[in-house]
Amino acid sequence: MSEVVPLPAPPAARSLWQDARLRLLRNRAAVASLVVLALMTLACIFGPWFTGHPYDRVYQDYVRVPASLSAYPKAEALPAAIQRIASRIRATSSEVVVDAAEVRLVLTAQRPIDQRLLVYFDRSDQFGTPRIMASEQEGRRLALAVPIKRQHFLFGTDANGRDLLTRTLVAGRVSLAIGLLATGVALVIGVAYGATAGYLGGRIDMVMMRIVDVLYSLPFIFFVILLVVFFGRNFILMFLAVGAIEWLDMARIVRGQTLSIKRQEYVLAAEALGVSTGGILKRHVIPNTLGPVIVYVTLLVPKVILLESFLSFLGLGVQEPMTSWGVLISDGARAIQATPWMLAFPAAFLVTTLFALNFLGDGLRDALDPRDR
Amino acid sequence: MLTYILRRFATAIPTLFVIVTLSFFLMRLAPGGPFDLEQPLEAKVMENLRRIYQLDQPLHAQYLTYLGALLRGDFGPSFYFRDFSIAELFAQGLPVSMRLGASALLLALVIGGPLGTLAAFRQNGGADHAVMGLATAGITIPNFVVAPVLQIVFGLSLAWLPVGGWNGGAFRNTILPIVTLALPQIAVIARMTRAAMIETLRANHIRTLRAQGLSGATIALHAGRGAALPVISYLGPAAASLLTGSVVVETIFGIPGIGRYFVEGALNRDYTLVMGTVVVVAIFVLVFNLVVDILYALLDPRVRLD
Repeated sequence: MSEVVPLPAPPAARSLWQDARLRLLRNRAAVASLVVLALMTLACIFGPWFTGHPYDRVYQDYVRVPASLSAYPKAEALPAAIQRIASRIRATSSEVVVDAAEVRLVLTAQRPIDQRLLVYFDRSDQFGTPRIMASEQEGRRLALAVPIKRQHFLFGTDANGRDLLTRTLVAGRVSLAIGLLATGVALVIGVAYGATAGYLGGRIDMVMMRIVDVLYSLPFIFFVILLVVFFGRNFILMFLAVGAIEWLDMARIVRGQTLSIKRQEYVLAAEALGVSTGGILKRHVIPNTLGPVIVYVTLLVPKVILLESFLSFLGLGVQEPMTSWGVLISDGARAIQATPWMLAFPAAFLVTTLFALNFLGDGLRDALDPRDR
Repeated sequence: MLTYILRRFATAIPTLFVIVTLSFFLMRLAPGGPFDLEQPLEAKVMENLRRIYQLDQPLHAQYLTYLGALLRGDFGPSFYFRDFSIAELFAQGLPVSMRLGASALLLALVIGGPLGTLAAFRQNGGADHAVMGLATAGITIPNFVVAPVLQIVFGLSLAWLPVGGWNGGAFRNTILPIVTLALPQIAVIARMTRAAMIETLRANHIRTLRAQGLSGATIALHAGRGAALPVISYLGPAAASLLTGSVVVETIFGIPGIGRYFVEGALNRDYTLVMGTVVVVAIFVLVFNLVVDILYALLDPRVRLD
């Protein structure tokens, strides 16, 4: 009786996707981009709740203040602010002492001071409710302790006195959402159209691709402008419009892939075994078009974000008080000399995101391209 | 070869026709009209205006009128710039935009091509990474960020060049706009050249050249012919994207080209102006594609024998 020798375990096979993941993880630029993108997304989604400012809150006393790590109001700006408020109360301020949390001062006037006017302190963005420490000379001389409202504007404020950090993050939500949603629209239309044309082939394919050619030579920006003007400046319709433009490349890529895949031996084998057309498409054709499609999607998202900012720059994009990176950048670009931070921060966010997406796309292309193996 | 060109030319005409038809009806679908002011005009005035511009006729009649005029080369009067015909507006703006676009494209080819070739020869080396990093920057930084930065640096801080204006097309005034327009194209062309070059450098005929011990410059020259194909086919889309870019550049630098007419026309429902711009741009893109096809056929015998 011969001994049964167990077969040695076959070496673990790696699928295309496992292989691609390994190759992607070995690409340092791509991994760094993934991390940056994840951080950026988290910051934009959750950040606006932690900055301490609503994105549309206007601080009248802090219009166009520069970016600063220390809190506003600045010590050197306080005496002037107090003087301004005092003059509105029709009194003069003196003996101003500033400490960490509050300002002590004495208001004097010719006539008794109307204490209701002290609400001007409240109304300013810099001070809290004043406490009256002493009232002398029948109310002509008031000693006050006014708490200081400390506020941080890490990125400064815009021309309306709104916190730029919060606005940049909220704008990121809009830009990223438009990028993803428009790409999704382009993906659905493009894959469906391209796969249909490629798989049906023949005359139908020719007509369908001719239509794409015609749309291609249409000046696309005019097309987007028409759609935006036509649909109104609406956030949701805008990404539909952008997505409706950007599917053309996707359709071409998917069609080309489908054409070559449909002639592969494994498709012929599946046909010979009697697998249904739908089954072949699902099991063989679509998974194999996915590689280039994913690469194209990563490169399309930055393109769409850029297109959205371009439209916003022309004044056709997201409307106030909502905002997007494009809107912020175009505001900043108009006031670049006086308030450079208004351009610098949104532009830095946009460019960082686009950079990361591009590097990720390149990394994915290298990882999924079997020719490099 | 001639039949090839003629066949290409024959397909361009129906394309142009479809574009004109599509944009004509899309434009008319949009709500609002060219004479909708904040204060509505008197009914009688409105009626007269509409009759003068033949807007009171049914849409298909207007379409046929426009098509007929277009065949005679007549773009009609502008609805918004009341004293100008579209032809006059284009006569002023088109040469300006064309000069900007052509210079930018030339600059992009002259700089982008060699950069891409250099990167391909030093694949995965320091020069390659530097070129690719710069190219990514060129693609990702929008031109409406680049333009003001250039204005600040070269126009105000260094005061070497004028901040804006056209000044009758003086060379100094064109430098900043052309550079702004060319930067993204340089980036794209460098990337494409690099990719195509890497592919070509693996080909057998290049290996033969290497085996014969020829110099790098000679090899680059031979590989250039193969690598030029994808770059040439990009020229069509490049022309279109230069026109798009010119919208921003012409706005920021205050240049009287046709790019601005895109937006102004669509916003003011200036039907003839929008149609005129579409037709002119479409003709441009089609002619460019035609030239690209011909160049392609000249460089690659497989295309014309197919």
